[in-house]
Amino acid sequence: MSYLTEYLPILIFIAVAAALGVGFMLAAWVLAPSNPDPEKVSAYECGFNAFDDARMKFDVRFYLVSILFIIFDLEVAFLFPLTLSLDDVGVFGFWSVMAFLGVLTVGFVYEWKKGALEWE
Amino acid sequence: MNALIEDFGPVWGFWLGVGQILAIMVMLLLTLAFILLFDRKVWAAVMMRKGPNVVGPFGLLQSFADFLKFVFKEIIIPAGANKTVFILAPLITFTLAFAAWAVVPWAPGWVIADLNVGILYLFAISSLGVYGIIMGGWASNSKYPFLGGLRSAAQMVSYEVSIGFIIITVLLLVGSMNLTDIVNHQRAGIGAWNAFAWPTVFVMFPMFVIFFISALAETNRPPFDLPEAEAELVAGYQVEYSSTPYLLFMIGEYLSIVLMCAMMSILFLGGWHAPWGPVENPFFAFGILYFKIWVCFFFFAMVKAIVPRYRYDQLMRLGWKVLLPTSLAAVALIAGWVAYGRPSLPLTGLGG
Repeated sequence: MSYLTEYLPILIFIAVAAALGVGFMLAAWVLAPSNPDPEKVSAYECGFNAFDDARMKFDVRFYLVSILFIIFDLEVAFLFPLTLSLDDVGVFGFWSVMAFLGVLTVGFVYEWKKGALEWE
Repeated sequence: MNALIEDFGPVWGFWLGVGQILAIMVMLLLTLAFILLFDRKVWAAVMMRKGPNVVGPFGLLQSFADFLKFVFKEIIIPAGANKTVFILAPLITFTLAFAAWAVVPWAPGWVIADLNVGILYLFAISSLGVYGIIMGGWASNSKYPFLGGLRSAAQMVSYEVSIGFIIITVLLLVGSMNLTDIVNHQRAGIGAWNAFAWPTVFVMFPMFVIFFISALAETNRPPFDLPEAEAELVAGYQVEYSSTPYLLFMIGEYLSIVLMCAMMSILFLGGWHAPWGPVENPFFAFGILYFKIWVCFFFFAMVKAIVPRYRYDQLMRLGWKVLLPTSLAAVALIAGWVAYGRPSLPLTGLGG
């Protein structure tokens, strides 16, 4: 339980920052004029009236990128403990991690060859 | 803060801690005001213009005038927007950009929360930064912000992977995730700084450069400012924002740039230690770290001024096909070097 108290200052820090942000917004809310009209609050478009809903279909590659990101970010997360214990696990630990990285690299090469990283 | 509570009791210690937090935040906001001006001045100087020079001597008060102008502008919420998410997005960006600074050590002992997993916390908070942007882009219900938000999310997650690997290389060398330990590991002067230490300099200096490039992409700075490429997307996810909500986005963006400068200084450039050796006086140490942050920011500003913008496919190619394999190879090299007992190269007696 005691190690959790280390995080108390962070909680307060976040609370103070959020209060400051809300304060900035309220300042403009109070001080600035507010007279919306239909033209002003319509969605921005360049040279003609906005049409259609903006939440349209988008390229599946954005989705692919996020999946790849999850794999590699997990890989990074698995490497964090290694950094602290490498002196203890030594050469054996190093080669174990290399085997783990090797498997993931095979997957990465497969993605590359399949063209998941192409944006042409 | 816990030390303060022990020394002054729960009530006084708590409020002194809050005072410290406020002091750091005011210091950050003032730094931001002048770093924004510095950015514009550098940019102007490269183009042989004068830059802002009307408000105050040499335009020094420009940012404060801009702030007042933001506060007196109308907050416009588009009719089609999801109002709650629309308002929440800049707040999240702003709060997270500040939250990261809670663990940054400014000088020996000058840190709000000296976490033993400080770097992991920094990594986590900067990953969360993408939420503010994608929420802002989606909630606006307008085409440009939507596309800008998508692009920005994809770009930030792509470069975050290589940032993660580079942080791993530094941690392998240091053997601790505490930021104060990372700084003190480099106390012996420029030859011990992670970017230049012999013999890892052959791997770590390129890693420093890649970290810088990834930091540019991570914070949507030129030449990777595709989310707000004004020629195609007007201003990306910020199009529908006005007044202080826009200001919060901008503060958040610049604050994370300054955070990246601080991370470069702490991870690679010796933190608060001077090039000639360790520094113990907290005020002097603070000055050195502060100076290093400004030097790093100068490079950010110069890159903005002299490098043309990337195309999106080039950006993704660089991130996934160049920086990611390179940093992965560096992790393997450094891990092997550490695991085999840190052998020094025969050329010199400097390392070990």
